[in-house]
Amino acid sequence: MRVYGSILKLRLLVGFQYRTAAIAGVATQLFWGFITIMVFEAFYKYAQTPPISLKELIDYIWLKQAFLVFITLWFRDNELFDLITSGNIAYELCRPCELYGFWYAKLLAQRLSSAFLRCFPILFVALLLTKPYNMTPPQSFSAFLLFLTALILGLLLLVSISMFLYISVFLTMSPVGSLLIFSVIGEFFAGLIIPVPLMPEPLQKIADLLPFRWTADFPFRVYSGHIPVQEAIMGIVIQTVYTIILIWLGRAALNHVLRRVAVQGG
Amino acid sequence: MIHLDGIGKSYKIAKRQTGLRQAAKALFYREHTIVHAIKDISFSINQGEIVGYIGPNGAGKSTTIKIMSGILMPDTGICTIMGYTPWKDRTQYVQNIGVVFGQRSQLWWDVPVADSYQLLKDIYKIPQQDYKNTLNLLIETLELQTIIHTPVRQLSLGQRMRCEMAASLLHNPKILFLDEPTIGLDAVSKMAVRQFIRTINKEKGVTVILTTHDMNDIEALAERVILIGKGSLLYDGRLEELRKRFGSHKTITVEYKNNPNPVHIPGAATLSWSPQRAILSVDTNTMKTSDLITELSSQVELEDVTIESQPIEDMLVQLYKEYRV
Repeated sequence: MRVYGSILKLRLLVGFQYRTAAIAGVATQLFWGFITIMVFEAFYKYAQTPPISLKELIDYIWLKQAFLVFITLWFRDNELFDLITSGNIAYELCRPCELYGFWYAKLLAQRLSSAFLRCFPILFVALLLTKPYNMTPPQSFSAFLLFLTALILGLLLLVSISMFLYISVFLTMSPVGSLLIFSVIGEFFAGLIIPVPLMPEPLQKIADLLPFRWTADFPFRVYSGHIPVQEAIMGIVIQTVYTIILIWLGRAALNHVLRRVAVQGG
Repeated sequence: MIHLDGIGKSYKIAKRQTGLRQAAKALFYREHTIVHAIKDISFSINQGEIVGYIGPNGAGKSTTIKIMSGILMPDTGICTIMGYTPWKDRTQYVQNIGVVFGQRSQLWWDVPVADSYQLLKDIYKIPQQDYKNTLNLLIETLELQTIIHTPVRQLSLGQRMRCEMAASLLHNPKILFLDEPTIGLDAVSKMAVRQFIRTINKEKGVTVILTTHDMNDIEALAERVILIGKGSLLYDGRLEELRKRFGSHKTITVEYKNNPNPVHIPGAATLSWSPQRAILSVDTNTMKTSDLITELSSQVELEDVTIESQPIEDMLVQLYKEYRV
């Protein structure tokens, strides 16, 4: 367990070295948040019975902007890709740790450290904005706890999904293809491009079947209250099940590719 | 301590001819060749030995090291190290070994070296007191005081290599695998690295297996050498033995007062000649050096004589030739 804490710490240290990147990130997220809200605002002017209210949608957008690194698949650890393609993975294999857990911790740490520097300023600004652009505080403490659980489980689920991206690089030796496929499909069905409730019926059905929706759409709508408590608790169970299954599968897949790995040269 | 028996490993490599047509053909059908990186490698190494593992490029040195450190799984053979089979009991086994790959890095690029060490401490679950003692010793012997708080990206290659070496030894391994630890280093850094390897071998009894292309490393460190070429074991024994077998040639450079006639000594080969200087080569098994000099002084008026043993590099070239590798 200590190892994982240590990795997180080191990652944070690396993150702190790139302050400018964090500041730039915050500015971009805020700007992008505004644009998205304005676009939806324009649409909502002519909407008759929207499946999600503008208020809920704005909460959704600000949360998405603040926790972007928790929910995007394209946020990747190039170091791991380099390790695989350059053969530096040799060193990782000389460590008395199981590689899956070790990398899972690395990826988790990277997202946490990155979010740590970015989410608070964005949430702070979003809460202070004037109506109608502001984000509303959580409705109750219990609703907030529910959201937090869903968010963390969503993060764990996302990392277990992204793990497959790294595993695929063992076979393809290039992250470009899998990254494209994963991010396009994953992000669309996670509700990052348009929120799931605004999708046409058939697409919503597909989104329900895939794990991606549980990483972003679900926790954000729990926050805004669009998903009622009963349903939220059920969702958390689903998240947990998905995470366990994907970690189990990922681990098996990684151990399988490692058996065939050949570190060449040097 | 280390025991290899009949280890073999082959890679499947896609090959194709150059040119567009061949490239297009390879889209549909690929020819594969099986490259035997190593075949039937067997040796045993005892505790506390320093073994030089040498061979030309592509001989299979790194492959063997990778198999011994649990990274690769061989196709055939048995390998037992400290009672473990490296690739099967990987996680327990690697606790006992340290590995340095000269061409790769294990330190975090963006953070000071000390932070990387801290992580290694937790990965290997090193108790605080042990960690402190080992680190202090390493800092002292490798002279890391000034660089340990510098981010890795700002270190020179020599500095980085010293840090890498320390990183591989933090957990007090019993065996140290060094895969070209002196590659790209300047003379001073090389000396430091060698001195350090000698120290940890003497003081801590660490078994060291070292691959290198720099024969000075081998001469300075290893009493025993294992030579492989094209994947097969060619020689396993003491360095002196090797020298005796192949190093009987001596090169003699003589300078003398102007002499228009080329020197000619029966039994010795003249490598180059000028009116003031000649370089001769002699096989000490057939002719004593002293006899040669006596003979020389009868022919010319000597001013200076230099006798050199054959450099180990030349010996190797000869050896590689003999084994056709």
